[in-house]
Amino acid sequence: MSIQLQDKSEVEARSPAAPPRPLRSLRPKERAGDRVFRYLVLAFGLSVIVMAAAMLYELTRNSLLTWKAFGPKFLVTSTWDPVQEIYGALPFIYGTLVSSALALLMAVPLGVGSAIFLAELAPRKISNACTFFIELLAAIPSVILGLMGIFVLVPFVAKVEPFFIKHLGFLPFFAGNPYGVGLFTAALILTIMILPYITSISRDVILSVPTPLKEAAFGLGATHWEVVRLVTLPFSRAGIMGSIFLALGRALGETMAVTMVIGNVPKISASLFDPSYTMAAVIANEFAEATSDEYVHALIAIGLVLFGITVIVNGVARLLIYKTGSATSQKAS
Amino acid sequence: MKTYKSILGLAAALVIGTAPVAGVLAASSINGAGATFPYPIYSKWFDEYHKKNPEIQINYQSIGSGGGIRQFTARTVDFGATDGPMTDKQLFSVDGKALHIPTVLGAVVPVFNLPGVTELNLTGEVLANIFLGKIKMWNDPAIVALNPDATLPGGPITVVHRADGSGTTYCFVDYLSSVSPEWKSKVGKGTSVNWPVGLGGKGNEGVAGFVKQTQNSIGYVELIYAEHNKLSFAAVQNKAGKFVKGGIDSVSAAAAAAAKNMPKDYRVSIVNADGEDAYPISTFTWLLVYQNNSGSTGKILKDFLTWAMAEGQAIAPNLGYAPLPENVKRMVTETISTIR
Amino acid sequence: MSREMLDNFDQRRRRNATMFTLTAVFTAVSLTLLFAILGYIAFHGISAISFNFFTKLPVPLGETGGGIANSIVGSAKVVGLACVMGLPVGILGAVYLAEFGDNKIGFAIRYCADVLNGVPSIVMGIFAYTVVVLSMGHFSAFSGSVALALIMVPLVLRTAEEFIRLVPGSIREAALALGISQWKVILRVVLPTAARGIMTGAILAVSRISGETAPLIFTAFGNRFWDAGMMNPIATLPHTIFTYAIAPYDDWHRQAWAAALILMLVVLIGNVTARILMKTDRGAAH
Repeated sequence: MSIQLQDKSEVEARSPAAPPRPLRSLRPKERAGDRVFRYLVLAFGLSVIVMAAAMLYELTRNSLLTWKAFGPKFLVTSTWDPVQEIYGALPFIYGTLVSSALALLMAVPLGVGSAIFLAELAPRKISNACTFFIELLAAIPSVILGLMGIFVLVPFVAKVEPFFIKHLGFLPFFAGNPYGVGLFTAALILTIMILPYITSISRDVILSVPTPLKEAAFGLGATHWEVVRLVTLPFSRAGIMGSIFLALGRALGETMAVTMVIGNVPKISASLFDPSYTMAAVIANEFAEATSDEYVHALIAIGLVLFGITVIVNGVARLLIYKTGSATSQKAS
Repeated sequence: MKTYKSILGLAAALVIGTAPVAGVLAASSINGAGATFPYPIYSKWFDEYHKKNPEIQINYQSIGSGGGIRQFTARTVDFGATDGPMTDKQLFSVDGKALHIPTVLGAVVPVFNLPGVTELNLTGEVLANIFLGKIKMWNDPAIVALNPDATLPGGPITVVHRADGSGTTYCFVDYLSSVSPEWKSKVGKGTSVNWPVGLGGKGNEGVAGFVKQTQNSIGYVELIYAEHNKLSFAAVQNKAGKFVKGGIDSVSAAAAAAAKNMPKDYRVSIVNADGEDAYPISTFTWLLVYQNNSGSTGKILKDFLTWAMAEGQAIAPNLGYAPLPENVKRMVTETISTIR
Repeated sequence: MSREMLDNFDQRRRRNATMFTLTAVFTAVSLTLLFAILGYIAFHGISAISFNFFTKLPVPLGETGGGIANSIVGSAKVVGLACVMGLPVGILGAVYLAEFGDNKIGFAIRYCADVLNGVPSIVMGIFAYTVVVLSMGHFSAFSGSVALALIMVPLVLRTAEEFIRLVPGSIREAALALGISQWKVILRVVLPTAARGIMTGAILAVSRISGETAPLIFTAFGNRFWDAGMMNPIATLPHTIFTYAIAPYDDWHRQAWAAALILMLVVLIGNVTARILMKTDRGAAH
């Protein structure tokens, strides 16, 4: 929120009757300390751009062999054959996008709903305690979640899947064999992993809604839920959106836990119960053993593709937010 | 302001705290990286050696055979370890003379989960066809013919392979390539291959876990994992025609056969070895060291390897690894003496 | 109240109750998940926890009495250094975005941060490997901290920005009206007010990097013994958990679960401490 005065024309437009005055004398000179500070924090902010640029550079530099060999066809090839050195990213792109989308679909209502409950309804002490614990979910090492996935989640899903296959099997999404591992299981694990981000941040954002705004709504006779729906949520939109971006980022990049429950088969299939593969998982699985330069470059190329997809998905999401407009003056970042 | 002070205090404490803790402890330490399969025996060896020589710390981390080769070549570690020998191309990129030192032997066994069935006989051809997806059902005539006494279910075979690249995979597909021309042309061999069918488990543990939990499944793991997870594994027909199960003796038999024609650089594959009692899916595992090292690294490596060939070999069977055959040990001891 | 509002008052009341029950259910689901997971870890790992476990180094296979002391200390060091590197960059960058960043540069920074948040941790690790490890010629705890800091910065940046923005303009303007220079206003008024939210972001980031394995495999490398300083390989809890979990020995499995339990505990204690520190300091507006 910058506090510089508007420029001359706006001031004049507002008070046309006032005599024109040289506005330069009204604008406070930026003090030296302030300028230094501004450049300092700008430098820190720019470091993020530098990081992203450096990453892009490294990813590109170390994947050149693949682009030279396959070109853009890499993005639509479905084969992944390290022995014959034919590489294609399509199955991984599919797996990543579907698992992340599904995870968001499950985690957002769960997370925002919990946040509303914790911020609005629960007594403060319980709310704080619960939040501690939910934040703890973020600390669970993904390898542990992966192991629990193998020992608990996979058998559970294997028991549940036949039911869906029997009754909903006519839909391509629910056809397939009940292995237990697959896109659906991966989405479940991702939901657990991204939940704390959405819940915790949304809760804090909701708590920051100015009380006078809420009281005004109550004063007009709104029920608690209506206040939430009409005042709190619109006000918190930007913050909640931010938390969803973070959750999406985590989902796209999650490696260990996903690779243990997704089946790791680079094939595209409509069924959610079929095994699949994600970009992060294949890099994690094969990077350590990839010895030939072409192989390493292919894996890094997948990293680059993921990078690119993250750029696109973020861009699309931002566009949607911008188009639907911001209810409050909070600039939808 | 108080918060800032406490934050600064914490930061200062951290900076001081990150000063070397172990300045007192080890006088010399060397690092190595590589194969996951021998991690248990190597960590046991290095720990035991450290007990005998407290001023020497040998720190080994398992990042995979490929990782071991790459870090060894990049010289970010002092030695490497690999389940699959380096190729000529890889050796060419090494700056300096690299030595392969075989240490122990391992076996890759086909584990399965069939209710009511604990013993199974398979040939290389049948195994390849299962993993190619050509044999889809457990009661396929080919399997039944090999196992007339077993009650095989009529269900489909769930194939489980490794998702991550690994020396275990390399050994297994090396074997499949040598017994099945179709496998060799269609899939080939490598630490990671394009599996025609099956699910990918992460690590030996992942595969063992899946097979354990999924009925009518088949997979392949290192012998130790099969034993510790109490999984049934099949006997495989060797070159001499006998059905042999993986074990320390059968693996040693495979090595003994290969030892007769051991190349000087020890880079040899012993799958489908000759020998009446040889287990056909066996492999050496190697340590990678430079012949010439700087500082005290060479001396430490030489001393350790000498110990490994003596006391180390004796410990190996306790942990499920087959020791080197005698004549190989003698050759290796001579090679070790050239390390500087 | 209007007739319409009175007419469907019951309907609104019911919807109110339904929605809030739903949110309560969601919260219960989240908490159940967490306790189920914690319970599972505790159940499997509790048998391995002992005094030795906290204070001793790992022992050779087959022997008892070993511990993961070096991993605990190692994690503290690596995460600590990562925080020292990452938190200031993230928070101060967020200050820029919130206070001065409603422009093209701010947009670019936010975009880059969101993209970086989506980079898999292993790719961060590979990046740190190429940039730090290869340049130094060997693995080190420092490179591990760099990898973790890289993960931390965009996370802290985005969350801190949201909360600095939420500080009401009235507070800022009041301070400015008193003649305080802007940078002092930001450091002494705005940041403390936003502290609670910033702390949330910081806690989430620290929790996240405490449990990350993949970026440390090719940087901090791991160490079976005590480390020899930040410029050498070091053991960390998530790496040890990973190594033990994928081994075939039951004893190592139990140690892996126990180590995970300890990791949770340490993170929990860290979170609680951080929150308490926040409370005792005046300035939190909540």
